[in-house]
Amino acid sequence: MQTIKCTGALRRFFPNLKDEAVKGSTVAEAIQQFESHYPGISDYLLDEQGALRKHVNIFVGGELIQDRVHLQDPLNESSEILIFQALSGG
Amino acid sequence: MPSAQLLLVGTSKGLIVFEKREAAWTIKDVHFVGMPVALIYEDERTQTWWAGIAHRHWGQKLHYSKDQGKSWQAVPTPKYPKDTFVYPNRAATLKKIWVMQHAGPDKPGGLWLGTEPGGLFYSDNHGQSFELVEALWNHPSRQDQNQWFGAGRDFPFIHSIVVDPRDSKHVYIAVSCAGVFETKDGGASWEPRNKGLIAAYLPNPAAEVGHDPHRMLLCPAEPDVIWQQNHCGIFRSTDAGLSWDNVTDSNGLADYGFALAVDEEDPKRAWVIPAISDEVRVAQDLALCVCVTEDGGLNWRALREGLPQNHSFDIVFRHSFCNTGRRLAFGSTTGNLFLSENNGHSWQCLSHNLPRIDSLIFTHS
Repeated sequence: MQTIKCTGALRRFFPNLKDEAVKGSTVAEAIQQFESHYPGISDYLLDEQGALRKHVNIFVGGELIQDRVHLQDPLNESSEILIFQALSGG
Repeated sequence: MPSAQLLLVGTSKGLIVFEKREAAWTIKDVHFVGMPVALIYEDERTQTWWAGIAHRHWGQKLHYSKDQGKSWQAVPTPKYPKDTFVYPNRAATLKKIWVMQHAGPDKPGGLWLGTEPGGLFYSDNHGQSFELVEALWNHPSRQDQNQWFGAGRDFPFIHSIVVDPRDSKHVYIAVSCAGVFETKDGGASWEPRNKGLIAAYLPNPAAEVGHDPHRMLLCPAEPDVIWQQNHCGIFRSTDAGLSWDNVTDSNGLADYGFALAVDEEDPKRAWVIPAISDEVRVAQDLALCVCVTEDGGLNWRALREGLPQNHSFDIVFRHSFCNTGRRLAFGSTTGNLFLSENNGHSWQCLSHNLPRIDSLIFTHS
């Protein structure tokens, strides 16, 4: 079982957003499960071809994921998945 | 049609609604605070407001309101299908929603959407879902001949959609950069309509495709008259787009720019907001003006009353100029909002303190 923790910035669009337990072998599978908790949230994180949006970052076990196109970075049993927006000015 | 009393202003930090009460225009509401409202549109058939949000992190979103902004609903964002490519090995994804245009009463649910990287979408159900218009996406000029390319953006984008008020199957679109395309069968087939335009930045300035219209509009009362503010001047067609006449100001003032407004009744009257060339992009002599022609582009006259004439760095983008009747309004990149009640002869400033203005419309609801 893994845990997904999300930036608070997404609460504006998903007011009930909280840490969620998911189970998957890759980041893509974890996001798919996260979508079932919060329908529509994957559209905020991924583009329509399934790649991570340019200004969104995902960390697994404290490390930035490497596969931003297919999200195939592996998860272990107790991975913590953090989803942040990139910092920006303006 | 009653005189519009609301002005919707899409800015980099939200949607700002101005209302005319007694003689004054004041801010009535602010929606989507902090979000870039890149597109604002009213489907006047149903008085539906549309807002396109260009999130910096979360992608493009579309929201609509049927109660003048009291409540908003989201619709699924249009999606480029799997296996669509901007060019080989570059998957197509929605970069920006640039323009929306409703069809006429003969297509009651019809709604067009122009996007970057060059896809045109159509909805036949009032915008509840959109499909890519494959015939344009697969046009040989884009697909095989590589004649579409980005200008000021990484990819080509469709920023103008013009529907013939006599026949909703007859539509023109304008692409930066590719040019103007026309369909007479509701989008099943498309023809380039760029004869007479100039593309000074191409090896062949008279190329069939590769032009850079910045904004295109038709005269509702005479739909065969179409105007465009182009990267390389101002052009007008009187034969429904079959050919374009160069009507750039011979005195050099009304030439480069983005914004265009076309009189609803008089096919010879139009307004532009000029800037110096593409390298500089400031008003000539840092003095802001609107230029009007009342003879189909033979002569242009500068309108300056009420506009800043010293150290103005205002630039007006393509969707930040609108008109209805004798009333015009425009908003600038520096957050200044101006309005005229007399065809542009004099202007009042409604605000100096807005964020960058990307889009504005008068509503009819």
